[in-house]
Amino acid sequence: MGELRLRDVKKSFGHVEVIKGVDLDIKSGEFVVFVGPSGCGKSTLLRMVAGLEEITSGTVEFDGEEVNDLPPALRGIAMVFQSYALYPHMTVYNNMAFGMKLAKEPKDKIDAAVRQAAEILQLTPYLDRLPKQLSGGQRQRVAIGRAIVRNPRVFLFDEPLSNLDAALRVSMRIEIAKLHERLASVTMIYVTHDQVEAMTLADRIVVLNFGVVEQVGSPMELYDRPRNLFVARFIGSPAMNVVPCTIEGVDGEARVKPEKHASVKVEATIPASAVGGKGTFGVRPEDLNLTDGDDAIFRGRVDVSEHLGELTLLYVDCGYEEPIIAKLEGNVPIKRHAEVGLTAPVAAVHVFDDKGRAFARRGA
Amino acid sequence: MARVRRRKGRWGQYFVHASVVLIVLIWTIPTIGILVTSFRHKDAIAVSGWWTALTTSQQNFIAHSADPSTQVQENGKYVIKGNVLTANESGVVAFGTKIMKPKEFKAGETAPLPDGGSLTINRDGSYQMVSDTSFAADSSRRLYYTASQPPTFTLVNYSHVLTAAGVGQSFINSLTVAVPATVIPILIAAYAAYALSWMRFPGRGLLLAVVVGLLVVPLQMSLIPLLKLYNNVGEFFGVPAKTYLGIWLAHTGFGLPLAIYLLRNYIGTLPNEIMESARVDGATDFEIFVRIVLPLSVPALASFAIFQFLWVWNDLLVAIVFLGQQDNQLVLTGRLRALLGSRGGDWEILTTSAFVSIVVPLIVFFSLQRYLVRGLLAGSVKGG
Repeated sequence: MGELRLRDVKKSFGHVEVIKGVDLDIKSGEFVVFVGPSGCGKSTLLRMVAGLEEITSGTVEFDGEEVNDLPPALRGIAMVFQSYALYPHMTVYNNMAFGMKLAKEPKDKIDAAVRQAAEILQLTPYLDRLPKQLSGGQRQRVAIGRAIVRNPRVFLFDEPLSNLDAALRVSMRIEIAKLHERLASVTMIYVTHDQVEAMTLADRIVVLNFGVVEQVGSPMELYDRPRNLFVARFIGSPAMNVVPCTIEGVDGEARVKPEKHASVKVEATIPASAVGGKGTFGVRPEDLNLTDGDDAIFRGRVDVSEHLGELTLLYVDCGYEEPIIAKLEGNVPIKRHAEVGLTAPVAAVHVFDDKGRAFARRGA
Repeated sequence: MARVRRRKGRWGQYFVHASVVLIVLIWTIPTIGILVTSFRHKDAIAVSGWWTALTTSQQNFIAHSADPSTQVQENGKYVIKGNVLTANESGVVAFGTKIMKPKEFKAGETAPLPDGGSLTINRDGSYQMVSDTSFAADSSRRLYYTASQPPTFTLVNYSHVLTAAGVGQSFINSLTVAVPATVIPILIAAYAAYALSWMRFPGRGLLLAVVVGLLVVPLQMSLIPLLKLYNNVGEFFGVPAKTYLGIWLAHTGFGLPLAIYLLRNYIGTLPNEIMESARVDGATDFEIFVRIVLPLSVPALASFAIFQFLWVWNDLLVAIVFLGQQDNQLVLTGRLRALLGSRGGDWEILTTSAFVSIVVPLIVFFSLQRYLVRGLLAGSVKGG
């Protein structure tokens, strides 16, 4: 139940190709997150799975059955929209019961299903209210409740938390995670531009960029072994520091030389053909540490220091266009204009070729 | 600097308020005038404007003294008595015996008569002409006096209009025309508006352009061709050409372009996600229309209903062309026009019938007004 297969799915609006051939296999009960910058096509892909957009070419299969021409109501899906989309003239109860009423289900069955969903989402005291009498979080829960009542095999979320304030977002995220545990057999596809939601909720993440799938993998996979520069910079906040470099050694003594700085040893599988060429050197802010010694990869002057209590962000001007960002634990009492040296463990360094593809890292 | 700006702002506000009040007055004064006139007696309307009826005013009148044959003898003098006042006047203020000086004497004073004798007119209008000698047979004279007139109103006009033959029946006829002529366009237009805004089909744009274009067509242009068509159809089917069905269809046809346009614009603003959500819930287009779009369109439906009802209720031309003049078909506007008479200047009938006719549209307006609700979509989508 709830197994999805997308084969070479393409979508064009007129002459503009928005989705350029997506292949995806989603297992039953998985929580998959489509993530990517605005305009990458993640919502469009979701809507094609839902049946709200025509599929220009390619196939979408639910449990082995092709559903391209099947209307949304018959696909066994339920959708939670970004803007809640509640029926304003109906009470919460009727909002949730609407689908079943249309299908002419018996009254007691409807009642049982609605009350159960309300129970799960703690909506029971609000069943007789109109949407305009509810807060934003409650409205979103009603939207989720409406979807639960449909008893779908695939749950579709279209950026459901982006209209909520930060604190509410955190609590709703946890609720959605709990919901996934509770409805373990239901596949969930979740679209967001927020990589924190992606990292915390997903079993697997699909990173999209301009209609193309950049990488599919578990959150940790994407974090440790990004396949290319785009994914490396998209996951993790602040984004990975990237610096142009030249590739020097090979294999055991693989070395890259970041511009303006000394050569650095890396643990990556670099083919001989790449030696001498240009590449990109990347290291995450959280992997950088302060050092006074010779092992400093970067040296420079602190431009801005941000103290957040549990961590300190240092923006260091090392002679590149963008400052190198270092994320240090606790409160580090370094101020502007201080001269610092930054180093990172060899295993934490990333190297990308001139086309942005990552070289495989050993030990990662 | 700031002080000057603030002062200018306040004067600006005063100016805006004053102009608003002025515009309101300009709008409502004529209506008040008509209302007041409808309560005045026909003769009063002919003589003075309605604004004089609101307060006690003073007017100059002429009365004739009683015939000399009524003179009596009292205390050795010859006396003629009488009362100058007529029904609408209440108190003599001044009087005179010569046309050049009609206010020469105050009420209660004694004025010398040119032929001898004296005249006294009292406040209550009673007068005496006293003379030592008998009054000559032809000495009845004109008495000029100024009397005050309190506001007097009468319901005579209303009773005349309301009980005139056939008005009650015409009321019903008008309702029989107006109600279906409002309901039928709404039914048709709502479907059309939903299809034109939310369904995709070839030729949609062209159809919409045609509807908007029809908004411009003047009704008078199509009256005669339409009547010819009705006559032909009537001949073909052996039914009379002038029936209620005919006028319902005519009003529907004339009202549809506006209805479709208005409703389509409103329905197009409904949030797309609500309808998509209903689609995911398994609703067909028809179910979405009936259960979601229609309840949410009530403000637009109510506004159009008010417009259309008012227009049809007040219409005379279409009713005369498409309905007959018999008792069971003549509408209220036609009946009132017949009441007016050939002179057309009977203001007391005109103004009264205007107000008699207004009652029903007012009822319709006030009962539908509560459906013109703002914030009908509140709470459904983010931002609403």
